[in-house]
Order: sequence, then structure tokens, then C-alpha cells
Amino acid sequence: MTDPSLADAPVAPAPRPEPRLRARGLQLAYGDAVVVDGLDLDIADGAVTAVVGPNGCGKSTLLRALGRLLKPRAGEVLLDGHRIDRMPTREVARIIGMLPQSPVAPDGLTVADLVMRGRHPHQNWFRQWSPADQKIVTEALEWTDMRELADRPVDTLSGGQRQRAWISMAVAQGTEVLLLDEPTTYLDLSHQIDVLDLVARLHRERDRTIVMVLHDLNLAARYADHVVAMRDGRIVAQGPPASVFTVELLEEVFGLAALVVPDPATGTPLVVPLPRG
Amino acid sequence: MTQLLSPPGRRAVHIGRYAGTVSPRAVLVGLAGLALTAVVAVYSIGHGSFTIAPGDVVDTLLGGGTPAQKLIVLDLRLPRILTALLVGAALAISGALTQTFARNPLASPDVLGVTHGASLGAVAVIVAGGGAAIGMVPLAALAGALVTATLVYVLAWRRGIDGFRLVLVGIGVGEVVTAGVSWFLVRAEIVDATRATIWLNGSVAGAEWDQVRPLSIGLAVLIPLAVATAFTLQAMQFDDDVARSLGVRLQAARLAVVLTAVALAAAAVAAAGPIEFVAFVVPQIALRLCGGSRPPLIVSAVLGALLVAVADLAARLALPERELPVGLVTAMVGAPYLLWLLIRTNRRVSA
Repeated sequence: MTDPSLADAPVAPAPRPEPRLRARGLQLAYGDAVVVDGLDLDIADGAVTAVVGPNGCGKSTLLRALGRLLKPRAGEVLLDGHRIDRMPTREVARIIGMLPQSPVAPDGLTVADLVMRGRHPHQNWFRQWSPADQKIVTEALEWTDMRELADRPVDTLSGGQRQRAWISMAVAQGTEVLLLDEPTTYLDLSHQIDVLDLVARLHRERDRTIVMVLHDLNLAARYADHVVAMRDGRIVAQGPPASVFTVELLEEVFGLAALVVPDPATGTPLVVPLPRG
Repeated sequence: MTQLLSPPGRRAVHIGRYAGTVSPRAVLVGLAGLALTAVVAVYSIGHGSFTIAPGDVVDTLLGGGTPAQKLIVLDLRLPRILTALLVGAALAISGALTQTFARNPLASPDVLGVTHGASLGAVAVIVAGGGAAIGMVPLAALAGALVTATLVYVLAWRRGIDGFRLVLVGIGVGEVVTAGVSWFLVRAEIVDATRATIWLNGSVAGAEWDQVRPLSIGLAVLIPLAVATAFTLQAMQFDDDVARSLGVRLQAARLAVVLTAVALAAAAVAAAGPIEFVAFVVPQIALRLCGGSRPPLIVSAVLGALLVAVADLAARLALPERELPVGLVTAMVGAPYLLWLLIRTNRRVSA
């Protein structure tokens, strides 16, 4: 797109000049396939950032690189100014938590066991369990309303409950930054709202920095402070939802003809696709 | 603040600097298993062409007994039962480690190439060297196991080790190595082929102190190593991305677990030949008895020792004249269990 006004779209308010988590000149690849190329991104501290884009645009790949799960081919991810791939795994795990799209828990693992595992980066061989861990795990279970289900095996839970259990683990892990890859996949609408309300509370009450990949643009507009729109491994636009979700941009990023109207419930942009042909 | 949640089914323990949790149920199962193993061991030592009463066996083990009892118990029968116990424990822990890191209840050290490699080494030496080389068999088995396991690991490496890929490569390499074993058997003189077949069925008959010593030294090092990996193991149960975001250095952790599992299985197979299904069945039995989400290591070891001791005793009771190889008996127990597990797993997937 050549329209310069889009590239110069108003930038989200940055609370601090130097955010904790940044990407510089990032090139990400699986084998020979380059998925993300030359990407720069600052993750606003204490904000909810949603990454949107068509399938295969590299948004999940970007998230994995931010979480140190994928080593950049070129460029770097910086955490507090240090290259994240040179930091000890355990140290990163105390600052950044990550939930993949459909995380797998072993058969028979109970919810309490799962949430206890969240304390792993804070433990060592000699101190595998402490009263402090016990307190944090109990709080995490209560905070996510999972206390009653604590003794249930994770594989017997419904999709919505299971996602709450994983978020509960992330709460117990206590990381300042939480990366979520499509946390609403396979959930019906009411459970999608449940999960995203929980994420919003995590941001609001616990002051967490959240980065999530979302497919549903209207939910992204409703729950994110900052939206990053990607296409073909590049960032096409970023900023507050109102500045990103425009008719022109939806056409450019998704090839979608749509109306954008104010959401009657929240006033955030509501994308209404137009019938084709 | 409401009451704190205690870890479900576990109790917090503090021993010196160590703070962790134990499952009372696992402790109970472990102690019961130990007691049962002791009973079987004493009975097994007393049983034979010259029967010794259990009381006399215990007396002799504790330093009493007549010179004849001492000879039979300490020099002839104790090495055999000790080999059975140590081999069973080593195989079971190895299986528990393999199943946990591969996240697959059907995995066992067999898929790491250990058993097949050991078989090739042993059969090659028996067939090529004839009767003279019989003393070299344990060393050849050990070498074959370690070389094959290394080969599997190297072939499975693609910018890191993926558990599923490792299992597939292990099965492929195992097939090739098994073909090699058959090739040696077909070419062999009939006497050597018979001897090789007996070894291939796994047996603790004729075990001597010379075999027990290296085995117990090996296990004295490897079992604590295995237990030390348990802390990382519990985070490795998740998929790779979750494990790494919990702070696990996955490749290093996986290498440590695989090495320990391979060394344990190799030591066991070198001492007694491939005793089938112990590594595969016992961890799953231990898991079902103790509950939880992964096979408990120590309880697996206890139950593995118990199973091989019982199988050895059963083999001798069933056919007193011919000394059935213990591996045959464990296979007879293990195969139906494998089928049951497969049917059950299928049901769960299709449910």
C-alpha cells in the first residue's frame, strides 16, 4: 500500500520510552521458509496487545520468537535490553509466560498439579515445594475460580474450564509478560468472552503485559489497547483499535470488503463483512 | 484468606536442605512392594534341587548357617536372585524415564535401540566366536546397546530431538538391527544358534558374583541420577513449548534423561539378555497403583525387581527340569497387558 497516512497512523501511548520487550530487524524462518522478515516491534508495557492477520501471516511465529521458543535467523528480541536468546531459559521463564494454541497436559494430571507446575521456574532441585508456592498456587486457583475443580484431571474438563486452568498456571508462574496464542480457539462464544474477560482482569488487576494472537477482529478491538496487523510476515499497521480497523486497512490486510461501525455495547470498532459479489 | 490448598494426594516434606513433596500412596505401594520382594527372594533362594527352609535362608544371609547352606545360598543362589532384582529395577526405571520423556505409554528402551543393539552384539560374538567367546558376551551386548542407541539419537537429531521422531527412528533402526541378528542366526552352527536363542530370551540362570558386582556399581550411580532428573521430568511432560516456557533447557534435559535410560537398560540387558516387557509394563502398573500423571521412578524400580524375581521363580517352578528363560515368562505376562492397553488407548482416542 502506498498511502503514507496509514504508515503514519497515530501510535499508541507509550508509558515508558523504552519498553521491556522489543524486536529489532527480526527474521524468522522454519527451515528454508522465511515467515517473518525485517520486523521491528515494541510491546507496550502494561498494555494488552492483539496481533491480527490472515492465516500464515507469521503472527504465531512472531509470538514464539517473543517467548524465546524460536531463535531468530537474523535480528534480535530484547528483554530489558538483553538479547533474549542469550539469557538463561529459567530467568526468561520468570518474566515471560507463554500459552501455546492447544497446550497438551499429560493424562491424569489434576488442575492443582498443573497450576503447581507454574512454579517450576522459581524452584530448584533442593526446593521443589515451599509454603510460598503453596500460597501462590492457592491464590491462582481462587483468582481464576478453579478452586472447586482443583482435584479434577485436566483432560476431563470442558474446553473453557481447561483454558482457565492453563491461565491459572500462568498466574501462578507470576510472569510480568504473558503471551497467548489464540486463547479462544475451539471455544464457543460465551466461553471466548469468559477467557478474554479473565485475560482483561489479569491485565487490569495484576498489571500484566499481555500479547495475544487473535482471529476474531471484533474481540481484538474490544479487548486490546493496541493492535498489530500483520500480512506476509510484516507489520502493516499498528495502534489503537480505532486507528487500525479501518475500511481501507481491512481491504489491504485481509482482502475483506467490510463496514466498520461503532460496537453498540462498547463503542470499539465493529467489523461487519459485506456480502461478496 | 481461605485455607491453603495442599498438593493433591501429596505431603510436603523437609529433609535437611531438601524441601519437596511425597505421595503417601506411593510410599505405601513402595513399602508393600519391598516386603513382597523380600518374601519372594527368600523363598526363591530356598527353592531348588536342595531345598532350604526360609528361616535357614534368612539365618544364612545374616551370617549364620552351616557351611553347606553358606555355599548354596551365598555362592550359588544369591547372585542369581540379586541379578534378577537389579535387572528388573534397572529396566523398570529405564522404562519409566523413556515413557515420560517420549510422552508415550507405549515407549520403552527398546525404541531407543538398546535391546536390539545388545542382541546384535551378543549374537555376533556367540556366532563368530563360538563357545570360547562366551565370557565376552556381556561386554559385546553393552557395546552393541550403546552404539545402536547413539546411532538412533544421531539419526533422530534435527536441530534438536523431538520425542516422537526419536521413537520412529528407533523403531526403524531396531528393524535393521533385528535383520542383522537373524542373519547371524541363519549362518550359525546349530549349537551356537541354540546358545544365541537362549541368550535372546533373557535369563538370569547361572548368574555369578562377577556379573552382580559391575551391575550393582552401575546402578548405584545410575539410579540416583534417574531420581535427580525427576524434578525436570515433571515439566517435560508438557509439549515442548510449554516445557520451555516453564524454564526447562529442553535439549540438555532430554539428553540427560535419554542417556540415563539407555545406560540403565544397557546394563540390564548386558547382564541378563533382553527380558521382555519389564521396561514397558512395570511403569504403567506402578502408575496405576500410585495414581498421578507419570510413572513413579522408585516404585517402578521396586515393582520391576519384584516382577523379574517372581518370573524367575515361576519359570523354575513350572518346568523344573528345563529352566525356562525368565524373559519368556515376563513376555507371557506382558503381551496380554500390551493388548489390553492398546484396546484401552484406542477407546480413549475414539471416545
